[in-house]
Amino acid sequence: MMPSTLLGPASLLGPTSLLGFVAGGGTACGFAMVPLAAVNWHGLFFLAFAVVACVMAVAVVLADNVVRMAFYLVLSLGATAGLFFLAGAEFVGAMQLMIYVGGTLVLLVFGVMLTAQAPFVSIKTATGDRVLAGIVAASLLAVLLQAAFSVHAWREPGRFPGDTGGVVEPMSTPLGMALVGVRVDDPSPGLAQENGGGNGDGSGGAAAGGRSGYLLPFEIVSVHLLVVLVGAAYLARAKRRRSSRELSEAAR
Amino acid sequence: MNPLVDPVGVVHYLVVGAVLFTAGIVCMAVKRNALGVLMGIELVLNGANVNFVAFGSPVLRADAGPLAIDGPVIALFVIVLAAAEAAVALAITLNFYNNHSTVDVDRADELKG
Repeated sequence: MMPSTLLGPASLLGPTSLLGFVAGGGTACGFAMVPLAAVNWHGLFFLAFAVVACVMAVAVVLADNVVRMAFYLVLSLGATAGLFFLAGAEFVGAMQLMIYVGGTLVLLVFGVMLTAQAPFVSIKTATGDRVLAGIVAASLLAVLLQAAFSVHAWREPGRFPGDTGGVVEPMSTPLGMALVGVRVDDPSPGLAQENGGGNGDGSGGAAAGGRSGYLLPFEIVSVHLLVVLVGAAYLARAKRRRSSRELSEAAR
Repeated sequence: MNPLVDPVGVVHYLVVGAVLFTAGIVCMAVKRNALGVLMGIELVLNGANVNFVAFGSPVLRADAGPLAIDGPVIALFVIVLAAAEAAVALAITLNFYNNHSTVDVDRADELKG
């Protein structure tokens, strides 16, 4: 365990070097020296999506107008979907675009439009609260960054996509099999014997119990989604019943 | 550590996730509009999702192993549960708006003793 006095500067050094590249180091060593064929496009696109995601997330916090907050949130979540694509999780990225940006945020925008009366479009926060939230945010961010930079294995650079032979395995088929309870990457011992050894790392028997598929969580989430949507419909319908009763009382 | 020269690693994604998470926490705490609080929750869930995907990504780490399936599956669950949460929270907010004619969460203090 390293003392915190050693970890502190290291955790500050990381984001500084990350941001220092944006500030000016990139023009010196990135664009001028590196020929076009050697540019790490993966890193370049990661940087673009990461900057959009982070800046728009901060803009959501700083904006007062709720309509603008919704728009910034759309941009932030869309850039996050781009990050998922770059990480090789293309199915999650597609689901992020379809469910989150296409579904949840449309729902939120409808909520904004239904409640966007003039006094509620921008509700100011007290300055003291803003200062306090800034202090809390700085401490939380420092803790999270220190935790991220403190593990050495996470600081190792990843692989260039070209290093994997140029092909990244499509993810949707193993994901779908895992959701119905079959792990194609880690066959069970019986399956491994049928296949004549399986993946061959010998760890299948002991670890297979904890690496089962996701059939039960999938079913629970399905039922949970059904119950939640019925509940949301009930809440919306109760509101209409109440308003009709009020109308009949007012007519009396 | 420079993303233009070195390959992108897990820690880059962790930094993005930390920024999204912190922005969401502050958004939940500071916003007085109930829909602003909901947007903060979405940001927090997305920050967690970025971490899940990064730890399970076979591109970012060579030793992802079984996490290559676990990470995306958990991220999918988070997305679905976030959709469910947004539906219920929006219904509650609209009910509150219809009963109180405001979306200011500071006015929702009727249960105070």
